[in-house]
Amino acid sequence: MGAGAAERTHGSVQRIRTGGGVPLLEARHIVKRFGDNVANDDVSLRVMPGEIHALLGENGAGKSTLVKILYGALQPNAGEVLWKGQPVTIASPAAARALGIGMVFQHFSLFEALTVAENIALALPKGSDMKSLSARIETVSADYGLPLKATSRVADLSVGERQRVEIVRCLLQNPELIIMDEPTSVLTPQEADQLFVTLKRLADEGCAILYISHRLEEVRAICHHATIMRRAKVVAETDPTTETVGTLARLMVGSEIGEVTRSKGTPGAPRLILKALSLPATSAFGVPLHAIDLSVAGGEIVAIAGVAGNGQSELFDAISGEREAPQDGMVTIDGQPVGAHGVNVRRRLGAAFVPEERLGHGAVPGLKLSENVVLTRHGTGEGIASGGFTRFGLAGKIVEAVTHRFDVRKGPPDPEARSLSGGNLQKFVVGREVDRTPGVLVVAQPTWGVDAGAAAVIRQALVDLARAGSAVLVISQDLDEIFEVADRIAVISRGHLSAPKPAEAMSREEIGLLMAGGAEKTAGGAHAH
Amino acid sequence: MLEAIILTVITAATPLLLAAIGELVVERSGVLNLGVEGMMVMGAVAGFAITVSTGSPLLGIVAGLVAGLAVSLIFGFVTLTLVANQVASGLALTLFGLGLSGLLGEGFVGTPGIKLPSLSIPGLTDIPYVGRILFGQDILVYVSFALVLAVSWFLFRTRGGLVLRAVGDNHVSAHALGYKVIRVRYLAVMFGGACAGLGGAYLSIAYTPLWVENMTAGRGWIALALVVFSSWLPSRLVIGAYLFGAVTILQLHAQPLGLGVPSQFLSMLPYLATVVVLVAISGNRRATRFNTPACLGAPFVPDR
Repeated sequence: MGAGAAERTHGSVQRIRTGGGVPLLEARHIVKRFGDNVANDDVSLRVMPGEIHALLGENGAGKSTLVKILYGALQPNAGEVLWKGQPVTIASPAAARALGIGMVFQHFSLFEALTVAENIALALPKGSDMKSLSARIETVSADYGLPLKATSRVADLSVGERQRVEIVRCLLQNPELIIMDEPTSVLTPQEADQLFVTLKRLADEGCAILYISHRLEEVRAICHHATIMRRAKVVAETDPTTETVGTLARLMVGSEIGEVTRSKGTPGAPRLILKALSLPATSAFGVPLHAIDLSVAGGEIVAIAGVAGNGQSELFDAISGEREAPQDGMVTIDGQPVGAHGVNVRRRLGAAFVPEERLGHGAVPGLKLSENVVLTRHGTGEGIASGGFTRFGLAGKIVEAVTHRFDVRKGPPDPEARSLSGGNLQKFVVGREVDRTPGVLVVAQPTWGVDAGAAAVIRQALVDLARAGSAVLVISQDLDEIFEVADRIAVISRGHLSAPKPAEAMSREEIGLLMAGGAEKTAGGAHAH
Repeated sequence: MLEAIILTVITAATPLLLAAIGELVVERSGVLNLGVEGMMVMGAVAGFAITVSTGSPLLGIVAGLVAGLAVSLIFGFVTLTLVANQVASGLALTLFGLGLSGLLGEGFVGTPGIKLPSLSIPGLTDIPYVGRILFGQDILVYVSFALVLAVSWFLFRTRGGLVLRAVGDNHVSAHALGYKVIRVRYLAVMFGGACAGLGGAYLSIAYTPLWVENMTAGRGWIALALVVFSSWLPSRLVIGAYLFGAVTILQLHAQPLGLGVPSQFLSMLPYLATVVVLVAISGNRRATRFNTPACLGAPFVPDR
């Protein structure tokens, strides 16, 4: 059945929904090239009125390029776009808005220094005065359950509120089609649920939605139709409600997603030991760490679960040495107490660290990949930097090796880090550290924003590394991921870490209870409050 | 005595205000043009040359404006079209302007200039004490205040100003919404050049009607600093420019009094006072953050 689904090609599954009417938007045989890199290769797409249409694909499959073309931000090299059956040229975003196409961007296109009303005015045609516009904003936003205050500065708004501004901005243009680029990737589950209610209402009112995502569950839950892209081509069209997450993922990746294979490891000697690691909070919003005890042995993966903002980043910084602990004995790597020493000392002992934020923390946006390799290896004594000279040739070879092993998709051989898509950069920053075969690897959110295929590759690499004798510590909010890779699981809650237990002995319910504060009581089993 | 001091304060502050209000608009659009000094000095030499050769200070003013604008177009072409580094290009523009103005103005050194006439309205100008201050200035003083009001109104009350601020805050988003980032910035740079040219022309036509090489003497840099310390707000620019002018004149009057304070210390006072006062009034961190153009100095290359 899996093979059957994968063979469905463009056009063979036609969904009859509006009695075969004229598509609202149709793209025919779109081709877009960036230099030698083909981002869209003969891509066709049909969106019917009132339909929530999913555009699925892995990172770098060409989804974003396609929607930029539909929104007029890019021009195709070949192909045509039809709006309500008429061929149109969408020369600019303004032209797209004039047709009735609105867009909510993945990385918000808001102006932080301006007010909500000013932000919205910029996207509307000239002529409406601020006062009446502000009134309209507050009415429409309240009406759709997205309350906003017109005079707020965007810089003061939460991520969810900013998305509301984008959506309300679209709505005020009376659009017939709204394009949404991964709208839930930045939302809390509650905010996402609220968004789905709004989207369903819009669709009921006749507004079509082109919904880009790689969260397959939500595509199944709210979309009527899905177009699936892989490597710049449309590979399938389907009704997502009749598919399972597994079959959708298979269509996206083009092959069976490798289940992570995991043999039972035999833990060796402890390689990373945290002993009564306590650190005060650095700011009013920080979380203090309370006497954290943890030991990770060679050959095993220990995972730390927890809701974001419960001390994960503080713990990561303390283990990596970005923030030094008061006493050496608090962190021990391969028998060496290094708690009061910096990152380089710990790296030289064979430890490697992958922080949560890949662009800016894990990699310098404006530097080439090879230069980013040098940044984490200059002090490790592996010969990449010695006597004040840097061997960029060697760094380039490492980039090649990582690219090959983790299938990092990039245009030129050694581009700037910022030019990679999020998922590909994540593969690179994880690959760069795994490539060292570190004795201790600490990785935060290893597959954040990465598509299913790439996530499987990264998780398999972590498992293989551990089985080869390294100690691996994974800090993650993704329980599926934790159960997939972890041998033992601990939970962090408000800076307390629960005593780790074997994964087989842990249930989701138990983790949920620990997340909700239970970890504070079981932490270290010793101290009470 | 007081009246005389106030009159000199106004003439000291006006060139700063003219150059700074232009640079404020440039920076609000996200461009950092460090070439204000160069544009000013070009305006000064062109204004002086045309005034002397035609006998008309008004034509001289126009020439100063055009000269500043022309030099700013070089900066615009290099930084906006060729996407060169704005800091380096601005510094180069200053050096270029100082050098070229020295070359062009060589024949005018020592030539007596023609002073821009002051307004004289019978009745009003003769009012004791305030008459000359309010109604007896030259036209550029009034122009400088009109510009501040116009820029204020434009930035915060018109759609064009909103677009300009948006481009300075986030050029990627402005581009995504379909605004012409480069065109907006060219217009802002040209406005800034014209204003700096006016400020320069004021020096050689109204302030001291003569030409000496390098006669701007760092005023372009002070204008630049005023823009930053005024948190990119036109009204604070007036405070800054006049405060600077006032302390400059007062310390000049204080120097011959023999107060036992080293003259170098007194020369330093205008800078110190201006910085302290402007930092004090921009104490609201949150508002300062909103008013600082986030894209200041960042190059923009559309992805297509």
